[in-house]
Amino acid sequence: MKKINFLIFLLLVFLPNKSYSLIEVDITRGNLNPLPIAVSPLSSDEKTKIALEKELTIKDVGSEIAKVVENNLRKSGLFNPLNKEAFLQKSDIAHHKPRFEDWALIKSQALITGKVSLQEENLRVEFRLWDVLAGKEMLALAFTTVPKNWRRVGHIITDKVYERLTGEKGYFDTRIIYVSEEGPKIKRIKKLAIMDQDGFNTKYLTLGNELVLTPRFNPTNQMVTYLSYFKNLPRVYLLDIETGLQEVVGDFPGMTFAPRFSPDGRKIIMSFAKDGNSDIYTMDLENRIVEKITNHPSIDTSPSYSPNGKYITFNSDRSGYQQIYVMKSDGSNVKRISFGNGLYGTPVWSPRGDLIAFTKLHKGKFYIGVMRTDGTGERLLTENYYQEAPSWSPNGRVLIFYRETKTNDKGEGFSAKLWSIDLTGYNERLVKTETDASDPSWSSLLSN
Amino acid sequence: MHKSIAASSALHIILIVLATLSLPFMSRKPIDLPPIISVELIQITDKTNIPYAPKAKKIIEEVKKKEKLVSEQAPPKKVKKEKPDAIPLPDEKPDKIKEIEEKKQNPEKIDDKIKQVSEFEKKEMFDPNEIAALIDKSKEELAETTVKSNKVTQSRDKNMNMSGLTLSEEDALKAQIFGCWSIPLGLPYNENLLVRIKLKLKPDGSVVKTEILDHARMNTPGQGFYKVLAESALRAIKLCQPLRVPSTGYERWKDLQLNFDAREMLEG
Repeated sequence: MKKINFLIFLLLVFLPNKSYSLIEVDITRGNLNPLPIAVSPLSSDEKTKIALEKELTIKDVGSEIAKVVENNLRKSGLFNPLNKEAFLQKSDIAHHKPRFEDWALIKSQALITGKVSLQEENLRVEFRLWDVLAGKEMLALAFTTVPKNWRRVGHIITDKVYERLTGEKGYFDTRIIYVSEEGPKIKRIKKLAIMDQDGFNTKYLTLGNELVLTPRFNPTNQMVTYLSYFKNLPRVYLLDIETGLQEVVGDFPGMTFAPRFSPDGRKIIMSFAKDGNSDIYTMDLENRIVEKITNHPSIDTSPSYSPNGKYITFNSDRSGYQQIYVMKSDGSNVKRISFGNGLYGTPVWSPRGDLIAFTKLHKGKFYIGVMRTDGTGERLLTENYYQEAPSWSPNGRVLIFYRETKTNDKGEGFSAKLWSIDLTGYNERLVKTETDASDPSWSSLLSN
Repeated sequence: MHKSIAASSALHIILIVLATLSLPFMSRKPIDLPPIISVELIQITDKTNIPYAPKAKKIIEEVKKKEKLVSEQAPPKKVKKEKPDAIPLPDEKPDKIKEIEEKKQNPEKIDDKIKQVSEFEKKEMFDPNEIAALIDKSKEELAETTVKSNKVTQSRDKNMNMSGLTLSEEDALKAQIFGCWSIPLGLPYNENLLVRIKLKLKPDGSVVKTEILDHARMNTPGQGFYKVLAESALRAIKLCQPLRVPSTGYERWKDLQLNFDAREMLEG
C-alpha cells in the first residue's frame, strides 16, 4: 500500500504541468495625435432661445457656447473636434442618451453634450462628457450665471473637459494683459489692455498718454503691476482691475525693469540701476521697505520667483555674456544654469516649477526656449527675427510671447503681435488682438 | 476774516476740481469683473441602454456591408484557382507517353526499380545505378535531419510558450497598440506612470474582459492623473481590438497582461 501511495506521489510530482505563465507585454510608446472629440451643440427649447436672443442678440447661445468650447479645444493642439455635419444624433437626444455606436462610427473617442435653459432670468448651462469607447459618462456639471457671461461658461466647460481628459488643469478661463500698440514705430501709442485668452472682451486700462511697459498679474489676478514713464522717469505702478484705481509704488532712480509679484503677492521684485550698477531688489508692499537682493558689479535684470517662492531666476552678464542664473530668494547661493552659445534673457519660472522659459539671441536670431531649473534639457521652441518676453499659461503647458516683424527700407511694414506655443514646439498660433500688441502676461485661472 | 475764509475755501474747491480733472484715474469707471458662476454637480449614470435608432442602424449596417465587401474582394485566392483550372494540365497523358516510350525504348529499366529496394545488393554489386542510389540515400538522410530539426524547433516553441510570445509576435502586438494609445500629455512625468491591465481574449483577439491591476490607485488622493492614464489605456485596447495575436497557441495567450508606461514618452 505504501508503495502504491509513493508511486502516486511520484506521478503527481512528475506529471507534466501544462499551465502557462501570464504573458506580459510592455507598452512604452503611444501617439501624441489630437484626441478626436465631438462637441454637440448645446440644446435649448424655443422659449429659451427667443428670450436669450432678445437679451444677447445671439440666435442660438447653445451653439455659440459649443463653438467656444470647440475653438478652445482645437487651439490646445491636444484635441481634434470633429465636423458637426458628420453627427448622426440630434443634440437634445444625445445629451440624455447618446447612442455610442453612432459616435464611434464617426471615429469620436469623447463626446460633449449640453443643455441651456433660463432659471429666473439666469442662464443655466448643463453639460456632460462621455467616453464613447467605454460607453459611459465621465463628467457632468451645471453652471448658473447671468446670460451675458455665456462665453466664460464655455471657457469653464473647456477647462473641466481638458482636466478630465489630460490629467492637468486647463488654462481657458483666463485673461491676458498686454501693451496695446498703435501708430508709426517712432511715435507709438501704448496702452494697457486686458482680454480673454481667446482674444475676446478686450478692455483698455490706460489712456495712452504715458509709455507703459511690462504689465504683470499678481496671484489673485486682481492687481497688476507695471512700469510707466512719467516725465521720462520710470515709475512702478499698481493697478486694481476691479476698481480701476492705480497707485505709484515708488520712483526709482535710473533705469528700472520688469516689476513682478512674488508668489504670495506680498512683494514686488524688480531690477533698477543705482549708481550706474543694475541690481535686483524687492519691495514689501505693506511697509514699502526696499531690500537689495544681488550685490554684484555686473548688470542683473529680469528676476522671476519660483512658484514656492524659495528661489529666484534672473539674467546677468557677470560671466562676460548675458546668461541665466538661479539663487535663493535671499540672494545667496547664486548658480549659473545656462551654458549654451548666444545670449540668454527674460527667464520665467514655470507655474509647475519644473522648467524655466527664456529668450535666446544667437547669430542674429531670437529664440523662445525652455530648460530645466538646473539648466539641463534646453529646448528651443521657436525661432524668428525678433521675439521675446515669454509668459506661462497657468498650467505650465503653453507660452505666450510677442513677435515683431522686420521693417522695410522706408521703415514700413512694422508690426508686433502676440503668439502662443506649447511645450511640444509644434502648436504655434497667432493670438488675436484688436491692435498691435507686446509684453503679454497670462493670468492664473479665474475660477478655481 | 470772512474774506480769508472765503478765499481759502474757494482755492480749496479749485484745487479739488483741478485734481479731479487732471488725474484721469479718479474719473475712471470701475472695470467689471465677471459675475460669480455657481457650479452644480449632476448625477452621473453608468451606462445607457438605448438600442440603435432605426435610421442609424441602417447606416451602420450599410457601412458594415461595405467593409465586408471590401474584405471579400481582397483575397486573391479565387483568381489564382481559376487560372490553373482554366489551363488543362497534362496530368495523365505524359505518364502514359513516358510508359509507352519506356516500354518501346528501354525495357531494362524495370530492373532499376527492383535494385533500388535493397541497399545490400547495391553494395555487393557494381552497378552504374549505384550513384543514383547514393543520391537517394543522401536525400533520405537530409529528410531525417530535417525531421530532427523540426523536432528541435517544436521543443523551442514549447519553451517559448511557457515564457511568452515570440519577438515578432510581441512586436506586432506592440506596434498595433502604439498606434491606438493617445497618451494624455498633462501627466506628471516624475510620478509612477505604469498602468497594468490584465486581458482575457477570444481566439480572434477580441477582448472579453479587462481588469486594472492597481485599481486602488484610481481613487487615491493626489493620484487623479492615474485615472486619466488608466482610462486612456483602456480606450487604446478598445480602439485596437481585435488585437493582433498569433494564429496558434490560444491557450498560452488567452490571458495577457499589458503594462502601459507613459514615462518614457513624456520625459523624452
